[in-house]
Amino acid sequence: MKPSRLAVFGLGALTVFAGLFATQAVAQNEQFIPMLVYRTGPYAPSGIPVANGFRDYYTLINERDGGINGVKITFEECETQYNTKLGVECYEKLKNKGPTGASLVNPYSTGITYQLIPKAPVDQVPILSMGYGRTAAADGRVFPWVFNFPTTYWSQASGFINYVAKQEGGLDKLKGKKIVHVHHNSAYGKEANPTLEVLAEKYGYNLTLLAVDHPGQEQKSTWLQIRRLRPDWIFMSGWGVMNQVAVKEAAAINYPMDHFVGNWWSGSDADVIPAGDGAVGYKSTSFHGAGANWQVHRDIINYVYGGDEAKAKANNLGEVLYNRTLVNAMFGVEAIRTAMEKYGNKSMTGEQVRWGLENLNVTKRRLKKLGMKDMLRPVKVSCVDHETGGPVIIQQWDGKQWKMVSDWIPTIRDVVRPMIEKAAADYAMENKIEPRDCG
Amino acid sequence: MLYREAGQFKATYVADQAMLPIVQDRWFIAAVLGLAYVVVPFVASEYWLQAVLIPFLVFCMAAIGLNLLTGYAGQLSLGTGGFMAVGAYSTYKLVTMFPEMNVIVAFLLSGMIAAGVGLIFGIPSLRIKGFYLAVATLAAQFFLSWMFNKVPWFYNYNPSGTITAPPRTFATLMVTGPEATAETRYLIALILVTVFALAAKNLVRGRIGRSWMAIRDMDIAAEIIGIRPFQTKLLAFAISSFYCGVAGAMSLFLWLGSAETEAFDLLTVSFPVLFMVIIGGLGSILGSFLGAAFITLVPVFLTNAPQLFGFTMATDLQKHLEVMIFGGLIIYFLIVEPQGFARLWQIAKEKLRRWPFPY
Repeated sequence: MKPSRLAVFGLGALTVFAGLFATQAVAQNEQFIPMLVYRTGPYAPSGIPVANGFRDYYTLINERDGGINGVKITFEECETQYNTKLGVECYEKLKNKGPTGASLVNPYSTGITYQLIPKAPVDQVPILSMGYGRTAAADGRVFPWVFNFPTTYWSQASGFINYVAKQEGGLDKLKGKKIVHVHHNSAYGKEANPTLEVLAEKYGYNLTLLAVDHPGQEQKSTWLQIRRLRPDWIFMSGWGVMNQVAVKEAAAINYPMDHFVGNWWSGSDADVIPAGDGAVGYKSTSFHGAGANWQVHRDIINYVYGGDEAKAKANNLGEVLYNRTLVNAMFGVEAIRTAMEKYGNKSMTGEQVRWGLENLNVTKRRLKKLGMKDMLRPVKVSCVDHETGGPVIIQQWDGKQWKMVSDWIPTIRDVVRPMIEKAAADYAMENKIEPRDCG
Repeated sequence: MLYREAGQFKATYVADQAMLPIVQDRWFIAAVLGLAYVVVPFVASEYWLQAVLIPFLVFCMAAIGLNLLTGYAGQLSLGTGGFMAVGAYSTYKLVTMFPEMNVIVAFLLSGMIAAGVGLIFGIPSLRIKGFYLAVATLAAQFFLSWMFNKVPWFYNYNPSGTITAPPRTFATLMVTGPEATAETRYLIALILVTVFALAAKNLVRGRIGRSWMAIRDMDIAAEIIGIRPFQTKLLAFAISSFYCGVAGAMSLFLWLGSAETEAFDLLTVSFPVLFMVIIGGLGSILGSFLGAAFITLVPVFLTNAPQLFGFTMATDLQKHLEVMIFGGLIIYFLIVEPQGFARLWQIAKEKLRRWPFPY
């Protein structure tokens, strides 16, 4: 008998099964945070700065402060390729690691967030989907385990309308203005539509919704329509390659770039650089500052990169998405710190971190101490309100870097909040959830 | 020595036509089923059930479905993802419209709906063949995912266009939704796969399966001996789509929990299922299982391998290595055995028969 074929096959099968039941040793007094990253695949240009931001901030806390109140942060990356199914597999793999399991999860993908929302209360792992995911989760009564502060897609859309009103000289001037929403044809891209529609009715502007199919490389017909419509303002919810194509197309039809505003996932460095000079003047919303001039960046250069600024820059230091993850990682760490104030300085469980997230109060003073003075607005979360409806800020690309060009613009809470509560109530009804009483 | 049918005499035609005529095979299958039903739910962790075994069962179901159509009836199809989406969306609509409906009944009903849709998209198969038919079924894939994205009725006017499996029970057992334990969902999936695999196995041994194979091997000759190509091909499309529809319902309700059309994508579902059928073995029910195991389990193993053997490496490097090794393995196995794992299994059995005295 020729052994080769079958032997190889058998050996392969054996190795697979040998790997089935392996366990890993767990050290005490550590706080484990799972990291779902996408360093490969079509969304890697966005995923790499995100992954580096998390890694650098956690390392900074360990190196500079010796952990959170003496409890070291441990983390492990798992590659998702921005693919929902791989993301769920990663989550299942990591959720029980560390002495107390996963503290909290930052999915960094709206699709994965949707998958994890029903699992969170069962697994007792809180979700921090900062500025993405299911907007209705802002209602903490229906979604006790999900947090999307400091602000959501719906609040952001209302902030954009406020910004337009300010530029046009008042909310009453919106009447008859033509606004176009160019959006990714997915759960994520459609999020802002209901808010824009409700506000269109209220303020009388003409709204046109233009969907771009995944992945968004082909947008000729979309921009032909825009050329014909001649809108006063364009708002865009794009992601990945769609953004740079849209910016290029807008430049090609000579659309005034300062009237073209992306949402916060359409305003990173990778979105504008490919469009060259055509992108100059393009704006996007954000909820944190751009650039690498904060104390926290200097600390990262010193403690994480040993003073090697060039190496830090090569690891995306100061890019928009990198900064956003610093903010995200900071919220997670501060939530754990808040939980420790109540439960003591040891490894926190998911349940305790959930309490920490719900009672999170990042004040101005705290931000200054963290090296993020004025990088973002203070945030105070509550049982009812997991979003806080924080203000947005407009940043503009000047050809070299993103610059803040507006004050903090408030969102339209009295319109958005009732919509959130209605959507949350619908969800509760469909899934037989009894909203909890926040007292 | 161990695997010999010498001495196993059949006294009746029924015994001779049994699905597993050899005693050792019956024992083997019984052992596998016993392991899957009794041992696995007790020993497997939630990660193994939820992230590895349930998706494996879902893809087994889809691969059996496609194997009936492509492997037995010879109709190449790239619409698997689309038919799975039909199953998932129609189950979702059924259980939200009739909350008291038994969820398993909903699974079967949406299998029927998928079969109906499969019938419609199977009509062109009478005129076009081979790769051209693949293009026609590709249209089904794109049309269906476009439709489920475009028409808000399908996702109950949810602003994000995502469908979520609501909590539903079977008798008193929580089967779907977040409260359902991984063990329950695994067992339900296992029962469905067992029943339908058995049905498929018997289907292909009978008149219908034989007429499919006749059409596959030479349609003109089949027509001459009295097989009607139109009915036979359409029946293959309908039954195949039924299996795919149930697989889609399983993937939403037992595995993912919530999904948008992107979960039934061409590149992440339709192609992989076709590869499962090709690598596992065209025209073999066992091959569907082996192919599904290869495509779903090997990447999981490769992802976890470095940690198991004590290496640590950058996540991106690891992922790239995984893709390269996996691609290499596919090419290796297709060169070693172009007819798939099922054929490899058959060769192994032949050799076992003569072991330890090969000649």
